[in-house]
Amino acid sequence: MIDLKDIYKIYVDGDSEIRALDGVSLHIDKGEFVAIVGQSGSGKSTCMNIIGCLDVPTSGTYKLNGIDASTLTEDEQAQIRNQTLGFIFQQYNLIPKLNLLENVELPLIYRGYPQKKRHELAIKSLERVGLVDRIKKFPSQLSGGQQQRVSIARALAGNPSVILADEPTGALDSKTGLEVLKFLKQLNKEGNTIVLITHDNGIAEQAKRIVRIQDGKIIEDRPSQSVQQGGLQ
Amino acid sequence: MNFKQSFNLAIKSLAASKMRAFLTMLGIIIGVAAVIILVSLVDGFKNSMLEQFNSIGANTISVSIRSRGGTRTVNVDEMLALCDEHPDILLAATPNVTATGTAKIGTEDLSSSITGVGESYLDVTTSEIQQGRFLTYNDINTRQKVCIVGSYISKEFFNGNAVDQTLKINGNTFKIVGVFEEVADSTEGSSDDKIIIPYTTVRSITQFSFVSSYTFATVDESLSPQGKTIIENFLLSIFASDSYYTVMSMAEMLDMVDTLTSQITLILVGIAGISLLVGGIGIMNIMLVSVTERTREIGIRKSLGARRFDIMSQFVVEAATTSAVGGVVGIVLGIVVSYVAGTLLNLIIKPSYLAILIAFTFSAAIGIMFGYFPANKAAKLNPIDALRHD
Repeated sequence: MIDLKDIYKIYVDGDSEIRALDGVSLHIDKGEFVAIVGQSGSGKSTCMNIIGCLDVPTSGTYKLNGIDASTLTEDEQAQIRNQTLGFIFQQYNLIPKLNLLENVELPLIYRGYPQKKRHELAIKSLERVGLVDRIKKFPSQLSGGQQQRVSIARALAGNPSVILADEPTGALDSKTGLEVLKFLKQLNKEGNTIVLITHDNGIAEQAKRIVRIQDGKIIEDRPSQSVQQGGLQ
Repeated sequence: MNFKQSFNLAIKSLAASKMRAFLTMLGIIIGVAAVIILVSLVDGFKNSMLEQFNSIGANTISVSIRSRGGTRTVNVDEMLALCDEHPDILLAATPNVTATGTAKIGTEDLSSSITGVGESYLDVTTSEIQQGRFLTYNDINTRQKVCIVGSYISKEFFNGNAVDQTLKINGNTFKIVGVFEEVADSTEGSSDDKIIIPYTTVRSITQFSFVSSYTFATVDESLSPQGKTIIENFLLSIFASDSYYTVMSMAEMLDMVDTLTSQITLILVGIAGISLLVGGIGIMNIMLVSVTERTREIGIRKSLGARRFDIMSQFVVEAATTSAVGGVVGIVLGIVVSYVAGTLLNLIIKPSYLAILIAFTFSAAIGIMFGYFPANKAAKLNPIDALRHD
């Protein structure tokens, strides 16, 4: 499903070059729940940008569902983001002047779905996160946890193969953070592939597999403690 | 994303900041309104001028002679004799003498124009007699104190029965022998507010040196140039210099009015066009601000799969909508102001559909042109940087 091979991302800054990713190879199968952990500057965000088709590697190949995504044009990348990926961001990234329904419909608009189909899918998605009674509300009228659930609903609306969660709990208190994580686990149980980016080891342990990145290299790739302890997911 | 969605989005975005949208549109509103008002007014002036000229007749030639103070001068009989010498070209002629003076009916002063003419006056103008008769050769020859009045005077002071009534000009009593047919709207100051007397009589009621103005009519409009040449040759033979007279055919005059108003229109529309241009720059400016303000939104949209074209069309449609809405408001404002100004200036205003069409097309085009640059800037944003933008 996700297949990174010898990925380098090198930024040239004057004479010096910065290796944000320094030969990363990573394979993620369908149905996995992977946490990519690392401190800030470790390269985990660059890794997520490449997996999320927001950026292309300097060298190496990235295959997503068998499609070579490392050589795509900007519009082709946009199409992959639209159809294959669902993003959940730390700052929710909802559009303030659109109501919940319109926010969740956004990826479906860019997919070119007719209004009726968009409506159905968006409402179904908002049902899953338990906010279907507030579809006419605006993001600013919701709590942080609720906003994050809306952004999850938006990520789910198009039924993507992979959900990319970039520090989804970073802006939430620990209790709501745990709720969001519980929800991600639930989604994984239902068969969604989830890639979670975080700097927090505790949160990373909630995933099934932990990939640790430091200085642009993978230094650890293991099942999480819950899996090691034999706990069924 | 299709056009309808872009359009809905644009309306939403404009509605979200009404004041800003209005101020942005103002440049376009003023520009479009100015184009329509100016074109309509110039058109109105032109039509009112043409109407006046047409009442004189398109086959006429007017001659004006400046006093030379020497022995060389031309007398009325010589001028009028030209028609008899060239009956195949010149149909008729009349002197025109403007009498300075005030007409009175009873104790009431009139503001009517008083003109002294010859008996061929009807042949060189489009005026018609409605009641009574016109001046005769005898009236002219014997300096009769008789007059023909316009329909305004007849209706206003004599209930439409002015014939055989009298009025006073500079204290002299004149008998009304005829009434002209209505040519304008029978109001004070219009072409229906006039008094026509024999040109020979003018001499006896006011200070008057010599007849300086004539109107000739040619047999046909197409003979205007030949008629003009005959008159010019005659005058040149008398004055030996063409600086003492002017001969102008109505055809030339109409041409001149046409050229003149076209030029005036072009200049005015050019000035109004500058206002449209400034309006367009205003739109570009505000769209650039909008792109910066909405960088994060653009990043979000891109991360959700918006292509360059989607972002581009969102902003172009927004700019085009702004200017098109401004254009429509400008058109309405322009038409309303044109009518009001037309009423105040006593002009018949017909808003030019062409001007409206051009103004609207131009304003929409300006929106697209000036929206393109900010939209392109938005479309080119890198989604990662845009998402991080605060």
